[in-house]
Amino acid sequence: MAAAAIEISQLHKHYGAKRAVDGLDLTIEKGECFALLGPNGAGKSTTVEILEGFRKRTSGDVSVLGTDPHSGDRSWRERIGIMLQSTSERSFLTAREALTHASRLYPHPRDVEATIAAVGLEDKADSKPQTLSGGQRRRLDVALAIIGRPELMFLDEPTTGFDPEARRQFWALIETLRGDGTTILLTTHYLEEAEHLADRIAIIADGQRIALDTPAGLRSRAADAIVTWSDAGGRQRTATPKPTEVLRALLARTEGEVQDLAVTRPSLEDVYLGMISKGHATASADDVADVEEGQE
Amino acid sequence: MTTVHTSAGPTWGTLAFDRLKVELKEFTRSREQMIFIFAFPLIFMVLFGSMLGGNVIEGTTVTFAQYFMAGMIATGIINTGFQSLALGIAIDRDADALKRIHGTPLPPTAYFTGKLAQVLLVSVIQITILIAVGVAFFEVSLPTEPATWGTFAWVFVLGTGASTTLGIAVSSLLRNAKAGSAILTPVILFLQFISGVFFVYTEIPAFLQRIAEVFPLKWLAQGMRSVFLPDDFKFAEARMSWEHGAMAAVLVAWFVVGLFVAVKTFRWQRADDN
Repeated sequence: MAAAAIEISQLHKHYGAKRAVDGLDLTIEKGECFALLGPNGAGKSTTVEILEGFRKRTSGDVSVLGTDPHSGDRSWRERIGIMLQSTSERSFLTAREALTHASRLYPHPRDVEATIAAVGLEDKADSKPQTLSGGQRRRLDVALAIIGRPELMFLDEPTTGFDPEARRQFWALIETLRGDGTTILLTTHYLEEAEHLADRIAIIADGQRIALDTPAGLRSRAADAIVTWSDAGGRQRTATPKPTEVLRALLARTEGEVQDLAVTRPSLEDVYLGMISKGHATASADDVADVEEGQE
Repeated sequence: MTTVHTSAGPTWGTLAFDRLKVELKEFTRSREQMIFIFAFPLIFMVLFGSMLGGNVIEGTTVTFAQYFMAGMIATGIINTGFQSLALGIAIDRDADALKRIHGTPLPPTAYFTGKLAQVLLVSVIQITILIAVGVAFFEVSLPTEPATWGTFAWVFVLGTGASTTLGIAVSSLLRNAKAGSAILTPVILFLQFISGVFFVYTEIPAFLQRIAEVFPLKWLAQGMRSVFLPDDFKFAEARMSWEHGAMAAVLVAWFVVGLFVAVKTFRWQRADDN
């Protein structure tokens, strides 16, 4: 049975009137690295915490490694690795002690020393989390998430608060984990991170999926160039895959200088920001529609 | 759709024992816990024992130091099993440490067994220290009858059982650890004053005695007196008896209430994290 690692259909999580997750559908295949990308408060972490079995859903169907996470038992937990959004800031145990203890919870754990080396904490193995830097602590969190050789790993905003250098190093670490067939579900609000690590990206805003594509697919949406200028009618703007053609026509019908002429190529970031602001607009329109339906 | 998986992982016993080892490691490395559990009752014992220890309780041959030691043992059981446990769990919950544990294959029963075993072990050490000081400095004599040690065993087990289940229950009712400390400390202190720990129970106003009778500490202290004081001291007790039956009933009742509330309300996550 080659079932998907994660299947989500019509997932809802409401807190009173607030819809943190609002009808989400997703299928994540085994062995892929999948990113949930979206601004803060989009519902990424709520979704992931439902998948991890920490939160109850309002409605919808969820299957994680063939099991409903709400009733996930010990054997199910043995197959998943979790890196929470919050890090373990204080502990009475050193990194090595915490890992040794954690490894003894699983049937086929990784070797503790090899794992310490894999996350680059050899020099800090006998330190407690409170003496580690933020980046080192997150490395320990990754080590704890992979120590049980999980089939599926959750990384909830793993690099929030990192400087660019630490983020690069962290990405390199995650890439080494991807080779062995582990399914990875990553949440992030950094477009660059999703683009760098993920095979596929779902963009989430207001609890809804507003795009699902490969990084290359998303990038191709940034292909249109924007031509802007001013004429008697005011400021003009045209989005086009063929800016040269637009310019030729513009030059042909304009005498002398074209005012304020500019040709710009939007970055992937512009596309993303455009999408999430559109997502907000769509979502609020839906809210209005729902309210109207409810009143009938 | 439902598949039954059987774990190929370590046995339940190994997991619970491992958990106990972690609990003990954490406890011995926590200066606050060590001081609160071991030094605090000891300081009180020495302080009260030195100030009033030689005074004989009116109409008996028992010194206040002897009376006080029984009370401190009872208080120690409550401190370790209830107050310290409740706050410890609340702190772990606030720091998402419980959530992290819940995310691993560790069975909840193994987690709680580890906690309970740690409480029992620490309590035994704490009581041993108190008894040693009592014997060495305050002329406390130890019971020689095996039956009396039998009484000690059941009072200790019931008292720890009730404290532990109530501690776990209360940890979930507290909004957070900071609030917990502010709420629990005065409550425990109040109970210590009215339950025959710092003062002789029969010298406390009757209406306060009635209040104290509802809670476990009074019975635990009385139970420890029935172990460490001469048997005929029972005629100086409030009802001229050790009241072992009522004692067992109250402690079992609190254990059941605590267990029920603990099972019903236990949260691995912070109150706002659902």
